[in-house]
Amino acid sequence: MRDDGRANEELRELVIKAGVFKNAEGSAYVKMGNTVAVAGVYGPRELFPKFLQNAEKAHLKCRYNMAPFSTKDRKRPGQDRRSQEISKVIADALEPVIFTKEFPKVGIDIYIEILQGDAGTRCAGINAASVALADAGIPMRGLVAAVAAGKVDGDYVLDLTYNEEEKTKADVPVAYAPSLKKVTLLQMDGDLSHEDVRNVINVAIKGCEKVHEAQVEALKNKYREVTL
Amino acid sequence: MMAISEEYVRELSERGMRIDNRKDDEFRDVKIETGVIKSAEGSAQVKLGNTTVIAGVKLSVGEPFADKPDEGVLMVGAELTPIADPEFEPGPPGIRSIEVARVVDRTVRESKMIDVKGLKINDKAVWIVNVDLHVMDFDGNLIDAGNLAAVAALATAKMPKYEDGKVNYDERSGSLPVTTMPISVTTVKVNGKLFVDPSKEEEATADARLTVSIKNSGNICSLQKGGTEGFTVEELDKMLNIASEKSEDLRAALK
Repeated sequence: MRDDGRANEELRELVIKAGVFKNAEGSAYVKMGNTVAVAGVYGPRELFPKFLQNAEKAHLKCRYNMAPFSTKDRKRPGQDRRSQEISKVIADALEPVIFTKEFPKVGIDIYIEILQGDAGTRCAGINAASVALADAGIPMRGLVAAVAAGKVDGDYVLDLTYNEEEKTKADVPVAYAPSLKKVTLLQMDGDLSHEDVRNVINVAIKGCEKVHEAQVEALKNKYREVTL
Repeated sequence: MMAISEEYVRELSERGMRIDNRKDDEFRDVKIETGVIKSAEGSAQVKLGNTTVIAGVKLSVGEPFADKPDEGVLMVGAELTPIADPEFEPGPPGIRSIEVARVVDRTVRESKMIDVKGLKINDKAVWIVNVDLHVMDFDGNLIDAGNLAAVAALATAKMPKYEDGKVNYDERSGSLPVTTMPISVTTVKVNGKLFVDPSKEEEATADARLTVSIKNSGNICSLQKGGTEGFTVEELDKMLNIASEKSEDLRAALK
Protein backbone atom coordinates (compact mmCIF):
# COMPACT_ATOMS: atom_id res chain seq x y z
CA MET A 1 0.00 0.00 0.00
CA ARG A 2 1.31 3.46 -0.88
CA ASP A 3 1.37 6.48 1.43
CA ASP A 4 -1.65 8.04 -0.23
CA GLY A 5 -3.56 4.76 -0.53
CA ARG A 6 -3.06 4.36 -4.26
CA ALA A 7 -2.53 1.07 -6.05
CA ASN A 8 0.96 0.64 -7.53
CA GLU A 9 -0.03 1.43 -11.07
CA GLU A 10 -2.58 4.11 -10.24
CA LEU A 11 -2.17 7.74 -11.31
CA ARG A 12 -2.66 10.57 -8.87
CA GLU A 13 -5.80 12.66 -9.20
CA LEU A 14 -5.52 13.96 -12.77
CA VAL A 15 -7.19 17.15 -13.98
CA ILE A 16 -6.56 18.52 -17.48
CA LYS A 17 -8.16 21.63 -18.95
CA ALA A 18 -7.59 23.05 -22.43
CA GLY A 19 -7.76 26.74 -23.33
CA VAL A 20 -7.32 28.37 -19.93
CA PHE A 21 -5.73 31.68 -21.00
CA LYS A 22 -6.96 34.39 -23.31
CA ASN A 23 -3.73 35.77 -24.77
CA ALA A 24 -1.80 32.57 -25.47
CA GLU A 25 -2.84 31.00 -28.78
CA GLY A 26 -3.10 27.67 -27.04
CA SER A 27 -3.01 26.87 -23.34
CA ALA A 28 -3.64 24.14 -20.82
CA TYR A 29 -3.79 23.42 -17.09
CA VAL A 30 -2.63 20.09 -15.69
CA LYS A 31 -2.92 18.92 -12.10
CA MET A 32 -1.33 15.60 -11.12
CA GLY A 33 -1.96 15.23 -7.41
CA ASN A 34 -0.26 18.24 -5.81
CA THR A 35 1.78 19.08 -8.90
CA VAL A 36 0.24 21.86 -10.97
CA ALA A 37 1.57 23.00 -14.36
CA VAL A 38 0.21 25.43 -16.93
CA ALA A 39 1.45 25.86 -20.48
CA GLY A 40 0.95 28.50 -23.14
CA VAL A 41 1.90 28.37 -26.81
CA TYR A 42 2.60 31.22 -29.22
CA GLY A 43 3.26 30.68 -32.90
CA PRO A 44 4.18 29.77 -35.48
CA ARG A 45 5.60 33.29 -35.49
CA GLU A 46 8.66 35.14 -36.73
CA LEU A 47 11.78 33.91 -35.00
CA PHE A 48 14.46 36.08 -33.42
CA PRO A 49 17.45 36.09 -33.17
CA LYS A 50 17.69 35.35 -36.87
CA PHE A 51 20.53 32.86 -36.67
CA LEU A 52 18.10 30.42 -35.03
CA GLN A 53 15.97 30.36 -38.18
CA ASN A 54 16.12 27.02 -39.95
CA ALA A 55 15.26 26.84 -43.66
CA GLU A 56 14.19 23.21 -43.21
CA LYS A 57 11.80 23.40 -40.29
CA ALA A 58 10.27 25.43 -37.50
CA HIS A 59 12.36 26.04 -34.40
CA LEU A 60 10.73 24.76 -31.22
CA LYS A 61 11.54 26.92 -28.21
CA CYS A 62 10.56 25.74 -24.77
CA ARG A 63 10.88 27.49 -21.43
CA TYR A 64 10.19 25.49 -18.28
CA ASN A 65 9.98 27.73 -15.24
CA MET A 66 9.15 27.15 -11.59
CA ALA A 67 7.18 29.82 -9.75
CA PRO A 68 9.03 31.03 -6.62
CA PHE A 69 6.13 29.80 -4.46
CA SER A 70 5.92 26.33 -6.03
CA THR A 71 8.20 24.62 -3.53
CA LYS A 72 8.64 24.31 0.25
CA ASP A 73 11.73 26.49 0.27
CA ARG A 74 11.21 29.47 -1.99
CA LYS A 75 12.73 28.97 -5.43
CA ARG A 76 14.84 31.91 -6.57
CA PRO A 77 13.14 33.40 -9.63
CA GLY A 78 14.77 32.91 -13.00
CA GLN A 79 16.34 30.14 -15.05
CA ASP A 80 18.97 27.90 -13.50
CA ARG A 81 20.88 24.97 -14.98
CA ARG A 82 18.19 22.49 -14.00
CA SER A 83 15.36 24.42 -15.66
CA GLN A 84 17.42 24.99 -18.80
CA GLU A 85 18.13 21.29 -19.15
CA ILE A 86 14.49 20.38 -18.54
CA SER A 87 13.41 22.97 -21.12
CA LYS A 88 15.66 21.28 -23.65
CA VAL A 89 14.50 17.70 -23.00
CA ILE A 90 10.85 18.81 -23.07
CA ALA A 91 11.31 20.47 -26.47
CA ASP A 92 12.98 17.28 -27.73
CA ALA A 93 10.12 15.18 -26.32
CA LEU A 94 7.50 17.21 -28.16
CA GLU A 95 9.23 17.75 -31.49
CA PRO A 96 8.61 14.22 -32.90
CA VAL A 97 4.82 14.79 -33.03
CA ILE A 98 4.94 18.27 -34.55
CA PHE A 99 4.95 18.81 -38.32
CA THR A 100 7.85 21.25 -38.02
CA LYS A 101 8.76 20.93 -41.71
CA GLU A 102 5.46 22.58 -42.62
CA PHE A 103 6.76 25.81 -41.08
CA PRO A 104 10.32 26.55 -42.15
CA LYS A 105 12.12 29.52 -40.57
CA VAL A 106 9.51 30.33 -37.93
CA GLY A 107 9.46 29.72 -34.21
CA ILE A 108 6.95 27.97 -32.00
CA ASP A 109 7.20 29.11 -28.38
CA ILE A 110 6.13 26.84 -25.56
CA TYR A 111 6.04 28.34 -22.09
CA ILE A 112 5.56 26.09 -19.07
CA GLU A 113 5.01 27.44 -15.58
CA ILE A 114 5.09 25.10 -12.59
CA LEU A 115 2.74 26.65 -10.03
CA GLN A 116 2.92 23.87 -7.47
CA GLY A 117 5.58 21.19 -7.29
CA ASP A 118 5.23 17.72 -5.77
CA ALA A 119 7.50 15.65 -8.07
CA GLY A 120 6.80 14.92 -11.71
CA THR A 121 6.88 18.57 -12.74
CA ARG A 122 8.53 17.92 -16.12
CA CYS A 123 5.90 15.28 -16.90
CA ALA A 124 3.05 17.57 -15.90
CA GLY A 125 4.72 20.27 -18.01
CA ILE A 126 4.88 18.00 -21.07
CA ASN A 127 1.24 16.99 -20.62
CA ALA A 128 0.19 20.62 -20.44
CA ALA A 129 2.43 21.69 -23.35
CA SER A 130 1.14 18.93 -25.58
CA VAL A 131 -2.50 19.93 -25.00
CA ALA A 132 -1.60 23.61 -25.41
CA LEU A 133 0.05 22.90 -28.80
CA ALA A 134 -3.08 21.10 -30.00
CA ASP A 135 -5.24 23.91 -28.59
CA ALA A 136 -3.14 26.40 -30.58
CA GLY A 137 -3.97 24.48 -33.75
CA ILE A 138 -0.38 23.41 -34.47
CA PRO A 139 -0.48 20.46 -36.90
CA MET A 140 0.55 17.36 -34.97
CA ARG A 141 0.88 13.62 -35.49
CA GLY A 142 -0.69 13.09 -32.10
CA LEU A 143 -0.23 14.08 -28.47
CA VAL A 144 2.65 13.34 -26.12
CA ALA A 145 1.79 12.09 -22.65
CA ALA A 146 4.24 11.78 -19.79
CA VAL A 147 4.44 10.27 -16.33
CA ALA A 148 7.21 8.95 -14.10
CA ALA A 149 7.54 5.49 -12.65
CA GLY A 150 9.97 3.99 -10.18
CA LYS A 151 10.66 1.21 -7.76
CA VAL A 152 9.74 1.67 -4.10
CA ASP A 153 10.17 -1.13 -1.54
CA GLY A 154 10.38 -3.75 -4.29
CA ASP A 155 7.24 -2.59 -6.09
CA TYR A 156 7.01 -0.84 -9.42
CA VAL A 157 4.98 2.29 -8.83
CA LEU A 158 3.50 4.91 -11.12
CA ASP A 159 3.38 8.70 -10.80
CA LEU A 160 5.56 9.21 -7.74
CA THR A 161 5.02 11.93 -5.14
CA TYR A 162 7.91 13.83 -3.61
CA ASN A 163 7.87 11.56 -0.54
CA GLU A 164 8.01 8.46 -2.72
CA GLU A 165 10.75 9.95 -4.85
CA GLU A 166 12.86 10.24 -1.69
CA LYS A 167 12.43 6.51 -1.02
CA THR A 168 12.77 5.22 -4.55
CA LYS A 169 15.77 3.43 -5.98
CA ALA A 170 15.22 5.30 -9.19
CA ASP A 171 12.77 7.73 -10.62
CA VAL A 172 12.18 7.39 -14.35
CA PRO A 173 10.22 10.07 -16.19
CA VAL A 174 8.89 8.80 -19.51
CA ALA A 175 7.14 10.67 -22.31
CA TYR A 176 5.31 8.60 -24.88
CA ALA A 177 3.55 9.41 -28.14
CA PRO A 178 0.78 6.79 -28.52
CA SER A 179 0.17 7.65 -32.19
CA LEU A 180 3.82 6.89 -33.03
CA LYS A 181 4.22 4.20 -30.37
CA LYS A 182 7.48 5.90 -29.43
CA VAL A 183 9.13 7.00 -26.22
CA THR A 184 10.16 10.64 -26.69
CA LEU A 185 11.67 11.40 -23.27
CA LEU A 186 13.51 9.05 -20.97
CA GLN A 187 15.66 10.01 -18.03
CA MET A 188 16.80 8.19 -14.97
CA ASP A 189 19.11 8.50 -12.08
CA GLY A 190 19.42 5.78 -9.52
CA ASP A 191 20.30 2.13 -9.35
CA LEU A 192 18.14 -0.45 -11.13
CA SER A 193 18.74 -3.80 -12.80
CA HIS A 194 18.22 -4.31 -16.51
CA GLU A 195 14.92 -6.06 -15.84
CA ASP A 196 13.76 -3.38 -13.44
CA VAL A 197 14.36 -0.69 -16.01
CA ARG A 198 12.33 -2.59 -18.60
CA ASN A 199 9.47 -3.07 -16.13
CA VAL A 200 9.53 0.51 -14.92
CA ILE A 201 9.33 1.79 -18.50
CA ASN A 202 6.40 -0.50 -19.23
CA VAL A 203 4.54 0.71 -16.14
CA ALA A 204 5.20 4.29 -17.21
CA ILE A 205 3.97 3.70 -20.77
CA LYS A 206 0.72 2.19 -19.46
CA GLY A 207 0.37 5.31 -17.32
CA CYS A 208 1.03 7.55 -20.34
CA GLU A 209 -1.82 5.86 -22.19
CA LYS A 210 -4.18 6.77 -19.37
CA VAL A 211 -2.90 10.34 -19.33
CA HIS A 212 -3.37 10.46 -23.10
CA GLU A 213 -7.07 9.58 -22.74
CA ALA A 214 -7.50 12.47 -20.31
CA GLN A 215 -5.69 14.86 -22.70
CA VAL A 216 -7.99 13.92 -25.58
CA GLU A 217 -11.00 14.30 -23.32
CA ALA A 218 -9.85 17.78 -22.23
CA LEU A 219 -9.49 18.94 -25.83
CA LYS A 220 -12.93 17.55 -26.70
CA ASN A 221 -14.44 19.26 -23.66
CA LYS A 222 -13.26 22.65 -24.83
CA TYR A 223 -15.32 22.34 -27.97
CA ARG A 224 -18.26 20.37 -26.59
CA GLU A 225 -20.07 23.49 -25.44
CA VAL A 226 -19.85 25.26 -28.78
CA THR A 227 -21.02 22.38 -30.96
CA LEU A 228 -24.55 22.71 -32.23
CA MET B 1 -1.64 46.19 -34.46
CA MET B 2 -1.29 48.15 -31.24
CA ALA B 3 -1.00 51.45 -33.20
CA ILE B 4 -4.43 50.89 -34.72
CA SER B 5 -6.07 50.21 -31.37
CA GLU B 6 -4.36 53.28 -29.90
CA GLU B 7 -5.95 55.47 -32.53
CA TYR B 8 -9.26 53.78 -31.89
CA VAL B 9 -9.04 54.36 -28.12
CA ARG B 10 -8.36 58.07 -28.79
CA GLU B 11 -11.19 58.37 -31.27
CA LEU B 12 -13.64 56.71 -28.90
CA SER B 13 -12.56 58.94 -26.02
CA GLU B 14 -13.52 61.99 -28.05
CA ARG B 15 -17.01 60.58 -28.26
CA GLY B 16 -16.99 59.85 -24.52
CA MET B 17 -16.61 56.10 -24.93
CA ARG B 18 -14.22 53.36 -23.85
CA ILE B 19 -13.01 50.43 -25.93
CA ASP B 20 -14.97 47.90 -23.83
CA ASN B 21 -18.04 50.11 -23.30
CA ARG B 22 -17.29 50.78 -19.64
CA LYS B 23 -18.12 54.01 -17.87
CA ASP B 24 -15.10 56.23 -17.13
CA ASP B 25 -15.11 55.26 -13.46
CA GLU B 26 -16.09 51.62 -13.87
CA PHE B 27 -13.81 48.74 -12.83
CA ARG B 28 -13.87 45.45 -14.70
CA ASP B 29 -15.24 42.36 -12.91
CA VAL B 30 -13.01 41.36 -10.01
CA LYS B 31 -12.64 37.74 -8.97
CA ILE B 32 -10.48 36.84 -5.98
CA GLU B 33 -9.75 33.27 -4.95
CA THR B 34 -7.43 32.56 -2.02
CA GLY B 35 -5.53 29.41 -1.03
CA VAL B 36 -4.94 28.34 -4.63
CA ILE B 37 -1.31 27.19 -4.15
CA LYS B 38 -0.70 24.49 -1.55
CA SER B 39 3.08 24.88 -1.57
CA ALA B 40 2.77 28.55 -0.56
CA GLU B 41 2.02 29.82 2.95
CA GLY B 42 -0.51 32.21 1.45
CA SER B 43 -1.81 32.60 -2.08
CA ALA B 44 -4.44 34.28 -4.20
CA GLN B 45 -5.52 34.36 -7.81
CA VAL B 46 -7.01 37.64 -8.96
CA LYS B 47 -8.85 38.16 -12.22
CA LEU B 48 -9.42 41.76 -13.21
CA GLY B 49 -11.33 41.35 -16.45
CA ASN B 50 -8.91 39.30 -18.53
CA THR B 51 -5.85 40.14 -16.47
CA THR B 52 -4.87 37.18 -14.29
CA VAL B 53 -2.28 37.39 -11.52
CA ILE B 54 -1.32 34.76 -8.96
CA ALA B 55 0.41 35.85 -5.76
CA GLY B 56 2.28 33.41 -3.54
CA VAL B 57 3.66 34.16 -0.08
CA LYS B 58 6.69 32.20 1.12
CA LEU B 59 8.12 32.55 4.62
CA SER B 60 11.65 31.74 5.64
CA VAL B 61 13.85 32.58 8.61
CA GLY B 62 16.91 34.79 8.29
CA GLU B 63 18.92 37.47 9.98
CA PRO B 64 17.49 40.96 10.41
CA PHE B 65 19.09 43.91 8.64
CA ALA B 66 21.80 45.50 10.81
CA ASP B 67 20.02 48.87 10.90
CA LYS B 68 16.66 47.29 11.83
CA PRO B 69 17.47 44.53 14.32
CA ASP B 70 13.91 44.29 15.66
CA GLU B 71 12.11 43.96 12.34
CA GLY B 72 11.31 41.16 9.95
CA VAL B 73 11.68 41.57 6.21
CA LEU B 74 8.94 41.91 3.61
CA MET B 75 9.65 41.85 -0.13
CA VAL B 76 7.48 41.83 -3.23
CA GLY B 77 8.68 40.56 -6.60
CA ALA B 78 6.87 40.27 -9.93
CA GLU B 79 7.38 38.07 -12.95
CA LEU B 80 5.63 38.87 -16.21
CA THR B 81 5.74 35.32 -17.55
CA PRO B 82 5.94 35.03 -21.35
CA ILE B 83 2.67 33.01 -21.29
CA ALA B 84 0.82 36.17 -20.39
CA ASP B 85 1.32 38.19 -23.56
CA PRO B 86 2.78 37.69 -27.04
CA GLU B 87 5.12 40.62 -26.36
CA PHE B 88 6.50 39.48 -23.01
CA GLU B 89 10.00 38.07 -23.40
CA PRO B 90 11.60 35.46 -21.21
CA GLY B 91 14.66 36.56 -19.30
CA PRO B 92 15.59 38.88 -16.45
CA PRO B 93 12.85 41.22 -15.17
CA GLY B 94 12.23 44.16 -17.49
CA ILE B 95 11.39 47.68 -16.44
CA ARG B 96 7.65 46.98 -16.47
CA SER B 97 7.82 44.08 -14.00
CA ILE B 98 10.22 46.07 -11.83
CA GLU B 99 7.76 48.98 -11.66
CA VAL B 100 4.82 46.69 -10.82
CA ALA B 101 6.84 44.98 -8.09
CA ARG B 102 8.15 48.27 -6.65
CA VAL B 103 4.76 49.98 -6.56
CA VAL B 104 3.03 47.00 -4.94
CA ASP B 105 6.01 46.62 -2.58
CA ARG B 106 5.81 50.27 -1.46
CA THR B 107 2.06 50.10 -1.04
CA VAL B 108 2.21 47.03 1.18
CA ARG B 109 5.25 48.33 3.09
CA GLU B 110 4.26 51.96 3.57
CA SER B 111 0.73 51.09 4.62
CA LYS B 112 2.36 49.01 7.42
CA MET B 113 -0.04 46.28 6.38
CA ILE B 114 2.28 43.78 8.06
CA ASP B 115 3.62 44.79 11.45
CA VAL B 116 7.26 43.88 10.76
CA LYS B 117 8.12 44.11 14.48
CA GLY B 118 5.78 41.17 14.97
CA LEU B 119 8.01 39.12 12.66
CA LYS B 120 10.91 39.05 15.11
CA ILE B 121 11.70 35.58 16.48
CA ASN B 122 14.79 36.36 18.57
CA ASP B 123 17.87 38.61 18.39
CA LYS B 124 19.37 36.67 15.53
CA ALA B 125 16.32 35.44 13.66
CA VAL B 126 13.37 37.12 11.99
CA TRP B 127 10.75 36.00 9.49
CA ILE B 128 11.44 36.92 5.87
CA VAL B 129 8.23 37.27 3.91
CA ASN B 130 8.49 36.99 0.13
CA VAL B 131 5.47 37.84 -1.99
CA ASP B 132 5.90 36.75 -5.60
CA LEU B 133 3.47 37.94 -8.26
CA HIS B 134 3.12 35.67 -11.28
CA VAL B 135 1.30 37.27 -14.19
CA MET B 136 -0.51 34.59 -16.21
CA ASP B 137 -2.68 36.64 -18.59
CA PHE B 138 -2.16 40.33 -19.39
CA ASP B 139 -4.92 42.78 -20.21
CA GLY B 140 -3.71 45.94 -18.50
CA ASN B 141 -3.59 47.33 -14.96
CA LEU B 142 -1.13 44.91 -13.43
CA ILE B 143 -0.57 47.24 -10.49
CA ASP B 144 -4.12 46.99 -9.14
CA ALA B 145 -4.45 43.28 -9.92
CA GLY B 146 -1.02 42.61 -8.36
CA ASN B 147 -1.85 44.68 -5.30
CA LEU B 148 -5.13 42.84 -4.70
CA ALA B 149 -3.42 39.47 -5.14
CA ALA B 150 -0.57 40.39 -2.78
CA VAL B 151 -2.91 41.75 -0.10
CA ALA B 152 -5.29 38.76 -0.33
CA ALA B 153 -2.37 36.31 -0.16
CA LEU B 154 -0.76 38.06 2.83
CA ALA B 155 -4.06 38.39 4.69
CA THR B 156 -4.79 34.66 4.37
CA ALA B 157 -1.22 33.37 4.88
CA LYS B 158 -0.60 30.83 7.63
CA MET B 159 2.76 30.86 9.44
CA PRO B 160 4.87 27.71 9.33
CA LYS B 161 6.30 26.33 12.58
CA TYR B 162 9.80 27.35 13.65
CA GLU B 163 11.50 24.88 16.00
CA ASP B 164 15.15 24.12 16.84
CA GLY B 165 16.37 26.59 14.26
CA LYS B 166 14.40 24.96 11.45
CA VAL B 167 11.24 25.85 9.58
CA ASN B 168 8.63 23.12 9.47
CA TYR B 169 6.46 23.86 6.46
CA ASP B 170 4.16 20.90 7.12
CA GLU B 171 2.62 22.54 10.15
CA ARG B 172 1.16 25.96 9.66
CA SER B 173 -0.85 27.94 12.17
CA GLY B 174 -1.60 31.55 13.01
CA SER B 175 -1.73 34.49 10.68
CA LEU B 176 0.76 37.21 9.83
CA PRO B 177 0.43 40.37 11.93
CA VAL B 178 -1.93 42.21 9.57
CA THR B 179 -2.90 45.76 10.56
CA THR B 180 -4.67 47.13 7.47
CA MET B 181 -5.54 46.31 3.87
CA PRO B 182 -4.07 48.81 1.39
CA ILE B 183 -6.00 48.96 -1.88
CA SER B 184 -4.62 50.60 -5.00
CA VAL B 185 -6.69 52.24 -7.72
CA THR B 186 -5.11 53.18 -11.03
CA THR B 187 -6.52 55.81 -13.38
CA VAL B 188 -5.15 56.84 -16.77
CA LYS B 189 -5.59 59.99 -18.80
CA VAL B 190 -6.41 59.66 -22.50
CA ASN B 191 -7.12 62.86 -24.44
CA GLY B 192 -7.92 64.63 -21.19
CA LYS B 193 -10.43 61.93 -20.15
CA LEU B 194 -9.84 59.96 -16.95
CA PHE B 195 -10.40 56.20 -17.20
CA VAL B 196 -10.18 53.99 -14.11
CA ASP B 197 -8.75 50.43 -14.34
CA PRO B 198 -7.21 50.73 -17.83
CA SER B 199 -7.33 47.79 -20.22
CA LYS B 200 -4.21 46.86 -22.21
CA GLU B 201 -5.18 49.13 -25.13
CA GLU B 202 -5.99 52.06 -22.84
CA GLU B 203 -2.75 51.64 -20.93
CA ALA B 204 -0.77 51.66 -24.18
CA THR B 205 -2.57 54.80 -25.34
CA ALA B 206 -2.52 56.69 -22.05
CA ASP B 207 -0.75 60.05 -21.82
CA ALA B 208 -0.44 59.77 -18.05
CA ARG B 209 -1.26 57.40 -15.22
CA LEU B 210 -1.78 57.68 -11.47
CA THR B 211 -1.98 54.94 -8.87
CA VAL B 212 -3.47 55.88 -5.50
CA SER B 213 -3.38 53.42 -2.59
CA ILE B 214 -5.75 53.71 0.32
CA LYS B 215 -5.75 52.14 3.79
CA ASN B 216 -8.74 50.93 5.83
CA SER B 217 -8.76 54.33 7.58
CA GLY B 218 -9.30 56.07 4.25
CA ASN B 219 -5.83 57.60 4.37
CA ILE B 220 -3.58 57.42 1.34
CA CYS B 221 -0.45 55.32 1.73
CA SER B 222 1.20 55.56 -1.67
CA LEU B 223 1.09 57.40 -4.97
CA GLN B 224 2.79 56.65 -8.25
CA LYS B 225 2.56 58.78 -11.34
CA GLY B 226 3.52 57.41 -14.72
CA GLY B 227 3.41 58.60 -18.32
CA THR B 228 4.78 61.54 -20.20
CA GLU B 229 2.06 64.12 -19.53
CA GLY B 230 1.21 66.04 -16.39
CA PHE B 231 -1.99 66.31 -14.36
CA THR B 232 -3.78 69.49 -13.32
CA VAL B 233 -4.69 69.94 -9.66
CA GLU B 234 -8.36 69.42 -10.61
CA GLU B 235 -7.52 66.16 -12.32
CA LEU B 236 -5.53 64.97 -9.31
CA ASP B 237 -8.45 65.83 -7.05
CA LYS B 238 -10.84 63.91 -9.23
CA MET B 239 -8.57 60.87 -9.29
CA LEU B 240 -8.18 60.89 -5.52
CA ASN B 241 -11.97 60.91 -5.20
CA ILE B 242 -12.36 58.07 -7.67
CA ALA B 243 -9.74 56.11 -5.73
CA SER B 244 -11.52 56.60 -2.39
CA GLU B 245 -14.78 55.42 -3.83
CA LYS B 246 -13.46 52.48 -5.83
CA SER B 247 -11.18 51.23 -3.06
CA GLU B 248 -14.30 50.61 -0.95
CA ASP B 249 -15.74 48.30 -3.61
CA LEU B 250 -12.45 46.44 -4.01
CA ARG B 251 -12.05 46.09 -0.26
CA ALA B 252 -15.52 44.55 -0.11
CA ALA B 253 -14.48 42.10 -2.85
CA LEU B 254 -11.52 41.00 -0.68
CA LYS B 255 -13.84 39.64 2.00
